[in-house]
Amino acid sequence: MALSRDQIAMRVAKEFRDGNYVNLGIGIPTLAANYVPEGIDVMLQSENGLLGMGRYPTEAEVDADMINAGKETVTAITGASIFDSAESFAMIRGGHVDFTVLGAFEVDVNGNIASWMIPGKLVKGMGGAMDLVAGAKNIIVTMTHADKRGNSKLLQECSLPLTGVNCITSIITDLAVLEVKDGAFHLLERAPGVSVDEIREKTAGKLVVEGDVPEMQLD
Amino acid sequence: MSGFDKVVTSYDDAMDGLKDNMTIIAGGFGLCGIPEGLINQVKKMGTSGLTIVSNNCGVDGFGLGVLLEDKQIKKMVSSYVGENALFEKQLLNGELEVELTPQGTLAEKMRAGGAGIPAFFTATGYGTPVGEGKEVKEFNGRPYILEESITGDFAIVKAWKADRYGNCVYRHTAQNFNPMAATAGKITVVEVEEIVEPGELDPTQIHTPGIYVDRVIQGTFEKRIERKVLAKEER
Repeated sequence: MALSRDQIAMRVAKEFRDGNYVNLGIGIPTLAANYVPEGIDVMLQSENGLLGMGRYPTEAEVDADMINAGKETVTAITGASIFDSAESFAMIRGGHVDFTVLGAFEVDVNGNIASWMIPGKLVKGMGGAMDLVAGAKNIIVTMTHADKRGNSKLLQECSLPLTGVNCITSIITDLAVLEVKDGAFHLLERAPGVSVDEIREKTAGKLVVEGDVPEMQLD
Repeated sequence: MSGFDKVVTSYDDAMDGLKDNMTIIAGGFGLCGIPEGLINQVKKMGTSGLTIVSNNCGVDGFGLGVLLEDKQIKKMVSSYVGENALFEKQLLNGELEVELTPQGTLAEKMRAGGAGIPAFFTATGYGTPVGEGKEVKEFNGRPYILEESITGDFAIVKAWKADRYGNCVYRHTAQNFNPMAATAGKITVVEVEEIVEPGELDPTQIHTPGIYVDRVIQGTFEKRIERKVLAKEER
């Protein structure tokens, strides 16, 4: 069975280590905050200028001056810091954020990512995505393995305008966990009940499968 | 010390000197930390052909979005502009130009502009449409693109408190682009929630030193919230 959005987020959260600073993009990445394993503390970075983002506020806590990068009302945890946008991107660009998790339209075997622009559709902007992929030490891309029409999003070469080049090393989809290296996708884990053949069929770029591929552990 | 008193008492005085075709750098992230009254003053003045440098362009009917109503904006330099229908319409029919700029690059362009640095190299945008036509240079085996900094004829800034000398502090994430914007205007105007006397703000806690600030005005703020999301148990 292909993973649900929450299950993808669950698998992402297993990558986090105690003491990591993590930036989570909008969508599935944000859900990963709900599944941080017991005994692991991570500090969430929100690129509008907040390190130590907390939960959503209660009605009484709502404050127009406290928002996240998705422009949603938020709170700060004890020990948080708040700063300006140049400082925020200094820590991103300077490689101080341990993990960035973000969505994508396409990823290719050379670690290129396309996530912000579909020609012919209105382009709203890249926000902080280009800075994040240029700066984080570890980037995890979360997405469905194929689009709604069944077209693979894991390609030999991205067809859409890029967000960044040679920057993606790790992909977690609804079907698999893959590493990107040496010009290929390397299959590390498969979703419970999903066959290697199905993953192979839905991966358009070069796929390397070595030995028995284990199923993901979600809990 | 009257030469250092930056306080003005009317919005006319606050934006005096603004002319058609000027560049305005505006602080704010979405609707958070925006100089609401100064934007409304630009609307009232009817100045047109403006280039606005700001992370976003407000929403329909609020924030920088109001400047679209009378087509006062010629060009936006922003990282994300998807929140208003009027923006989309003017963009699609060619009345509005937009230069999409990565958020961190935008912040750094303002910071560098205010700091007297004309350009800088960054890895952000290399190999993407943003890097097209820009100079590339390798450092330690990695390619970087040359990005030019930005200064404005005006900078409009929203701070929490300022003293009469223009020393400013911001509140929570309403800080965002405001401190960089404040450094990058030929004329920097700060709209604040509270004006205090010099000495009332702790000198070690000042975010924007008064040297960057030309005018301070007491504002009133609606502080509209773009996306109110509550904790699970209260939904």
